[in-house]
Amino acid sequence: MLQVETLDVWFGSGRDRVDAVKGATFGVAEGESFGLVGESGSGKSTILRAITGLAPDWSGTITVDAQPLGQTRPKAFYKIVQMVFQDPYASLHPRHSVDQVLAETLGLHGFRDIDARVVKLLDDVGLGQRFRFRYPHQLSGGQRQRVAIARALAPEPRLLLLDEPTSALDVSVQAEILNLLGDLRRDRGLTYLMVSHDLSVVGHMCERLAVMKDGAIVEIMEVADLRQMKAAHPYSQSLLEASV
Amino acid sequence: MSNLLDVQNLWVKFPSRHGVFEAVRGVSFSLGRERLGIVGESGSGKSLTGRAILRLIRPPGQVTADRIALDGVNLMEKSEVEMRAVRGQRITMVMQDPKFSLNPVMTIGAQLIEAYRLHAKGSKAQAYAKAVETLEAVSIRDTDRVMRAYPHEMSGGMGQRIMIAMMLIPNPEILIADEPTSALDVSVQRQVLDIMDGLVKERGMGLLFISHDLNLVADFCDRVLIMYAGRIVEVCDADKLHEATHPYTRGLLNSLPRLNQPKDRLEVLKRDPAWAEAPSVSGQAG
Repeated sequence: MLQVETLDVWFGSGRDRVDAVKGATFGVAEGESFGLVGESGSGKSTILRAITGLAPDWSGTITVDAQPLGQTRPKAFYKIVQMVFQDPYASLHPRHSVDQVLAETLGLHGFRDIDARVVKLLDDVGLGQRFRFRYPHQLSGGQRQRVAIARALAPEPRLLLLDEPTSALDVSVQAEILNLLGDLRRDRGLTYLMVSHDLSVVGHMCERLAVMKDGAIVEIMEVADLRQMKAAHPYSQSLLEASV
Repeated sequence: MSNLLDVQNLWVKFPSRHGVFEAVRGVSFSLGRERLGIVGESGSGKSLTGRAILRLIRPPGQVTADRIALDGVNLMEKSEVEMRAVRGQRITMVMQDPKFSLNPVMTIGAQLIEAYRLHAKGSKAQAYAKAVETLEAVSIRDTDRVMRAYPHEMSGGMGQRIMIAMMLIPNPEILIADEPTSALDVSVQRQVLDIMDGLVKERGMGLLFISHDLNLVADFCDRVLIMYAGRIVEVCDADKLHEATHPYTRGLLNSLPRLNQPKDRLEVLKRDPAWAEAPSVSGQAG
């Protein structure tokens, strides 16, 4: 589904150049859930941004659904790949109602039966009709993240990029959102690429994960090994010890 | 155990167009020379409790309490001017994000020296020496460079250690730490906690540790108050937190994903309206 090879991402140029990602290589199979973990500044979110086209300076190859990506993304790309951001307070337009947010996305992707689809999307993420004409400030953090997930699901993508989808939420709400993401993936056969600093969240959601440090992937491992505290690289081992 | 701080029947209210919103509803607890944790979800009133102790809640918010006694002296009866001698001197507070609590246009050295000279009279050289000493106390090497640096040149973990250093300069009796490590990475989190722990033990301070992270509090504190909807629903020893009995605490604990106990679906907290109605549990030591 997704293949990333020798990906470099950098910001700035000349003396100010910062290499945020260095030679990252990994693949995510169709229907798989893959985690990226590391500390802040390790480049995990930057990989997601490079895939969606939000980080313009990159080299290497990114292949989505057997199509290599160029510097610009065709519209069809966003029917396959969608992203959910970390902070639901910042990722929704404060003056657009839930209905507007979803209807606009659906319109952009050329759907005709917008009304029925908005209703269905809200039901799918467990919000229901009551929330359709609310504004973001009338929603709690968990409800907003549900709207953000509904928006990402609107074009019926097959690959969801999840950038710390629950780190701004309380643990009880986190459980609800993780359950929702798990259900959606099972029902729709979605593929997830999930960034998190929380190893136990990645352990719950994913089958495999990559550990990142200073822009480079130091280890790719199975979650089963993670559970048994079997990390090959000393850095991943120290992360594991710090999080238990 | 002597109580440094004794809070009785604390209420924080915010009048609004739709009636009075009661954010903290009749909370009582005491703090000795110990590490007391307050946990709860966002909106449970834990941060406001910390702020109310320092009388940092501004109108239209209203604070009422039977007493908030620091070493037997009721803070509720003090004037605003008298409170200034308490804030930052005897009770200090470390906030969540160092990015917003340090002055971005002053060097760290200047801020530390200012903090010292506000509370103690002394020469500039003395203040400088004291500032360097406290930076060393929070395990910052390379102190001369840090003294000259501006906050944006520091990492999050460094910034938070500097905040702790600044709060420790006046040698307070009580440190209120409001989510001091939630903006930090796990590895740095440990370091900052170890430093706070050492200082609390060494100086015999009382620590009020406000956090949403149950595991962290279970690990780090001596006693824990669990807050829900502005009330304390359960008080327990931190090392027995995992044996907590209140359904809310149990729900929170069970909703955490665990590496060693994989499950298909996480448990979702089912809220019982009775929890919010039950009277507040007293958090007095004893």
